[in-house]
Amino acid sequence: MARLDIHSLAKRYGDFYAVRDVSLSVADGEFLVLLGPSGCGKTTTLRMVAGFIEPTAGHVKLGGTDVTLLPPWKRNAGMVFQSYALFPHLTVAQNVAFGLEMRKLPRADIDKRVDEALALVRLGGHGGRLPRQLSGGQQQRVALARALAIRPDVLLLDEPLSNLDAKLRQEVRVEIRELQRQLGLTTVMVTHDQEEALTMADRLVVMNEGSVRQVGTQRDLYERPTDRFVAGFVGRSTFLEGAIEAPGRFRTDGGLALACTGSGSGRGVLALRPERLQVAAAPIDGLDNRLSGTVEFVSYLGALIDIHVRLSPADRLVVQIANREGGFTPEVGQSVHVAWPASAGLVFTE
Amino acid sequence: MAEALAVIRRRAGRWALNGAATLALAYILLPLIFVIWLAFFRQEIPSFPPEGYSLKWFAAILDQRKFVDGFSLSFEVGVLATAIGLALGVPAALCLVRYNFTWRGPLANLLLLPVVVPGVVLGTAMYVFHVEVENGLDVDVLGTFYALVSGHIVIVIPWVVRLVTASLSGVDRATEEAAQNLGANPWVTFWRITLPAIRPGIVAGALFGFVTSFGNLEMSLFLVGPGRTTLPIVILQYLEWKIDPTIAAVSVVQILLIGTAMLITDRYVKLSRVI
Repeated sequence: MARLDIHSLAKRYGDFYAVRDVSLSVADGEFLVLLGPSGCGKTTTLRMVAGFIEPTAGHVKLGGTDVTLLPPWKRNAGMVFQSYALFPHLTVAQNVAFGLEMRKLPRADIDKRVDEALALVRLGGHGGRLPRQLSGGQQQRVALARALAIRPDVLLLDEPLSNLDAKLRQEVRVEIRELQRQLGLTTVMVTHDQEEALTMADRLVVMNEGSVRQVGTQRDLYERPTDRFVAGFVGRSTFLEGAIEAPGRFRTDGGLALACTGSGSGRGVLALRPERLQVAAAPIDGLDNRLSGTVEFVSYLGALIDIHVRLSPADRLVVQIANREGGFTPEVGQSVHVAWPASAGLVFTE
Repeated sequence: MAEALAVIRRRAGRWALNGAATLALAYILLPLIFVIWLAFFRQEIPSFPPEGYSLKWFAAILDQRKFVDGFSLSFEVGVLATAIGLALGVPAALCLVRYNFTWRGPLANLLLLPVVVPGVVLGTAMYVFHVEVENGLDVDVLGTFYALVSGHIVIVIPWVVRLVTASLSGVDRATEEAAQNLGANPWVTFWRITLPAIRPGIVAGALFGFVTSFGNLEMSLFLVGPGRTTLPIVILQYLEWKIDPTIAAVSVVQILLIGTAMLITDRYVKLSRVI
């Protein structure tokens, strides 16, 4: 395993920048996740690391060596594809052996490493089967074993779980993460699923429209998002439009004066996490912001309840409460009180 | 009542469908059945009912050198034209599916054109072309074996291109990327990953190309030289002045040969999946 460094990487198609000035470092043994909506450039970035796309500008360094100009077959990067891309005419063992044959290893070594790799993904004894005889989850593990067998400098995962059903996906997440830790694999994964990203990553990179918006741990991104996009994409936020009136004071377009954190001036949005707000039938004491409003919509999610509260003709926010026995259960049309501390509100100016 | 009516209607529908299918099948198979039957008649003038049965017409094929020669020429031309057609058609199909370039659409249609153009037109065009080449370069072209093969390559290519294109579009490109990711250069990737994936299309294309070449009459009429002619032309010439069951026997041999080739191919490659 080795470290991976990306310097000012860019990919331009005509006038359109698919990736713009992306710089990242992945430490030896680190699990980095590229997170973003579709078309944000995360897959293009991964494919440039693998060598399938030639960058317009920038460099990719693998273990300190510049591999920017090397073709895919000369880079030692193991990739797991979204469709798994198993060779349909080869058996499981032949699939896993492919990369080792390309490296011209002696037959005995190949057999040994194929067995090891298959045992690692708990598919020992399945070596003689054809890919189509395996379930989706098993195929995914063959793809992983095939990428690991070559002992790559870096493991690249391109939405590896998106073709699995929801329940299996949760199990495989944990499995891949444990395997990655145990083997100390330098790993880059691409996903649009924030829950997947949050459970698996050491560090996350949020991308949008071809550029990196924020890099950090789960806690960094959730507690201290640096822009509106990250605040809306990692976790959930209600945004109230308005302007900063004075330091620590935000005036919404609906005329509400709210205490908040954040500096700057001029127009902006106040981002509020639904679960950081309190709601009750009676007034709530002791918090910086105390308002009243009307319940407009309730969605019952089982463990949680989302309550949409109208505070003014222009301002509506979502409060999320835990569904506790004997807890507050609001109804549509009911008048309620909403409160939150100044620290719960982040302002992003335009 | 309404339910009983629905049942009757459904049954009537099924009967109509089966009837139509049987009729169509009979229409296709009847000439073949008659030819095969005729090949075993004892009398020289084909007439019904047969006066008896015999295998002498099959023996008669071997007595006539021109049938044996025609068969071997058709076979040689077919094999060579198919081999060269594959060497040209497979890369062409790869380019058409994999690369986006100007004139891709027109080029794809151009490669399929020879099956649409009437054989007589194709034959005339090639004849004129060969005459021009012969005059221009002062070499023997007209009526040579290689001129005949070059003509047949043209009618083999559309089959190869069409069937290989079809099987290529079913290949997951990610498998090729996976191979490169694992250390295979493009050449190794093609031989070890792409080629096995499109083998059904290649086999089917070769088979249909060969059959088309083997049975071609119209175009070959313009291209054969004196003394050496292909089997379909030998049959035509024989029929011009004589009609006896020998021709039926020759046809039976041809039907058996092509049928066997298809059955053997189908064992390795499911033809119904490609065509």
